[in-house]
Amino acid sequence: MNELIFFINKVLISGAILGSIYALGAVGVTLIFGILRFAHFAHGDMMTLGAFVSYILVTLLVAMGVTAPIPLGILVLPVAMAIAAVIALGIDKGFYAPLRARGSKPVVLLIASIGVTLMIQGLIRLFAGVGTRSFFDAEAKDIFRIDMSWLGATRDISITEPQIWMIGLTVVAVILLHIFLTGTRLGKAMRAMADNMDLALVSGINTALVVRVTWVIAGSLACLAGTMLALDVTLKPDLAFNIVLPIFAAAIVGGLGQSYGAIAGGYLVGFAETLAVFNWSAVLRPLNDVLPAGWSLPQNLALVPTEYKLTVAFVILVVVLLVRPTGIFRGAST
Amino acid sequence: MSMRALVLFGGLLLLVLCVNLVMGTPYTVRMSVEALALSIVVLGLNIQWGYGGLFNFGVMGLMMVGGYAGMAMSVPLNIAFWNSDGPMMLGRAILAAGLGAVLVVLAHQAKRFGIRGKWGTALKVAAWFIAYVGYRTQIDPAADYIEATSGFVGGLGLPVMVGWAFGAVLAGIVAYVIGNIALGLRTDYLAIATIGISEILRALIKNMDWLTRGTLTVSPIPWPTPLPQDLQADGMSIDHSFIVARLFYFVLLLILVLVILFLVERAYKGPWGRMMRAIRDNHVAAAAMGKDVKARQRELFVFGSALMGLGGAVLVSFAQIFDPAGYQPINHTFIIWVMVIVGGAGNNYGALFGAIFIYVVWVISEPLATALFTTLSGWSDQIGWGAIPEIESRALQMRVFVLGAVITIALRYAPQGLLPEVIGGKRRS
Repeated sequence: MNELIFFINKVLISGAILGSIYALGAVGVTLIFGILRFAHFAHGDMMTLGAFVSYILVTLLVAMGVTAPIPLGILVLPVAMAIAAVIALGIDKGFYAPLRARGSKPVVLLIASIGVTLMIQGLIRLFAGVGTRSFFDAEAKDIFRIDMSWLGATRDISITEPQIWMIGLTVVAVILLHIFLTGTRLGKAMRAMADNMDLALVSGINTALVVRVTWVIAGSLACLAGTMLALDVTLKPDLAFNIVLPIFAAAIVGGLGQSYGAIAGGYLVGFAETLAVFNWSAVLRPLNDVLPAGWSLPQNLALVPTEYKLTVAFVILVVVLLVRPTGIFRGAST
Repeated sequence: MSMRALVLFGGLLLLVLCVNLVMGTPYTVRMSVEALALSIVVLGLNIQWGYGGLFNFGVMGLMMVGGYAGMAMSVPLNIAFWNSDGPMMLGRAILAAGLGAVLVVLAHQAKRFGIRGKWGTALKVAAWFIAYVGYRTQIDPAADYIEATSGFVGGLGLPVMVGWAFGAVLAGIVAYVIGNIALGLRTDYLAIATIGISEILRALIKNMDWLTRGTLTVSPIPWPTPLPQDLQADGMSIDHSFIVARLFYFVLLLILVLVILFLVERAYKGPWGRMMRAIRDNHVAAAAMGKDVKARQRELFVFGSALMGLGGAVLVSFAQIFDPAGYQPINHTFIIWVMVIVGGAGNNYGALFGAIFIYVVWVISEPLATALFTTLSGWSDQIGWGAIPEIESRALQMRVFVLGAVITIALRYAPQGLLPEVIGGKRRS
């Protein structure tokens, strides 16, 4: 049974966590692409910025001596997400709206978003330095070990408290997003605009409002994803810059502009990464007893060496772009 | 060159002279050499983006390929490797890769044998998988063996200039493959695909220790001109030797850049350039006129990328060290884009100006920020707020912010760049 538990720990749990983060990021990317028609490269750094906002709030709470039964990083999330949404609106107003008003091509907006990326990165490192921080300086990170001895296993399934929150909150966010997109007038307007911009304009949809709502959702989801990533690992200035490409891969796999596709794509890329670097020989070890004498399984049966883990996402990205550029769910194309 | 260009280049010269006054001559000459080397890369991107509107975000990968090629040609032979079993094992790996490639090609031709649809796809996937596993079974032991016995494959010990040329050729070959794969995609998708491919290239070069020594880095890499150490051996003082040696390199590079500039400018003004602009501005109309849009774009992509590879090789030779970990998208892709856009896409003089100007700004923002922070720190210390910690590492980050600010301002207020493209005597609006 140990093999199964090893598989659950290494593939199911870490894949679900990676997938949750990719999914939340990809939803933001895909919404922005659907409404504003450009690839928003600064999304990764909006995630990092959101994580830093949460961190500052947590530090304030710790200074005030607040304690809570849940991790403080989770407690401050609503406030941090609101702040991140305001920042996202400000970034749009300051950098993208003037270019849109001039009628710039999507490509120019893409380049502008790289400028924003650089500025956010520079500012974060300027004020916070390049070191790593942890949300869990003042409190302990609870690790739950689920005893599996009743199945005859000697190892436990282990999962940390932030990881449970992460998976749970992603599910909640996805359900809320679904209700918003299908149940409210504004959500339907958003889908209409992503589907057909001209038709949406003609039918009197308030496009300026839809654009603002898009940034609010994208910004707050980015903050959620960034904070949870920082809770799971550590907070550092290049926290999310390194995963912005896997996030794009997830969004493209799901079809750019398709929110549900982005969620599916996020989990697909997340699980693909963990599966690709998973060492199968650990699970197949019992087979050694069955194999004829002199035969044994190699020590390492991972499909891809661990150092190429992030590369898996890029390969998926390139293959999808070649084989089915519109993604699994037939997304929009420029 | 227009009046505007003369003024801008004059101003640039003044700026460089100011840097020379403050930071000293060796610093300035080194900065100028690096700026010139980057200007080759920028000219390459100008061919792709300025002439053809191709959205290549894989500059870093191509510079890495060029840098690796330059290193591999010019570094001395690794005798230990050639005397070991390494070449045999590598040969088997190459054979396995070749057989795998044949298998994949056959699978892709399966429709000729009447296998179509789902079965055809399954066959392709199976062929890729078998080829990959076959290659891995050969390359993994070979890589482990080489890394354990002789370190890495080593170089060929050829003249440095041959290495540069090979850098351009190899980057061109890689670009041909990338172009074949990705050029059918439209702008945003092309950008994301190229950035993804460049990350794949980086991961490969960084982790193939048997080929590139990976994070262990390769050094020293020879220069085409005498090294400062050589000049010192001839009895020159240490201070002088650095300036003179770098000046030699600078002059050689200047000639190279001027030749390239002359050639790309000729190409731009000729029928070839007009055709490329026609494809850029309206590819549907150009296709209707009988131009093979995809083949032409691939041509642009290969030429531009060859220049990127050349620039990458020149930079690696100058630094004398090949360090795959030193390649970052910010320092090698985004900065090149900022250079092209600030300088003026489509205008080669603009690209040259942008390259040097942005590089100077990038380099001097660090000492400027240090000076600023030290002053601020002094004040805050006086009024009792305490000094600013870690000034050095923070000041280094200032240049990332400055780069972002420059590109944002440029897009807002001078979207055509400082030296806009000129067509038929008129600026392109």
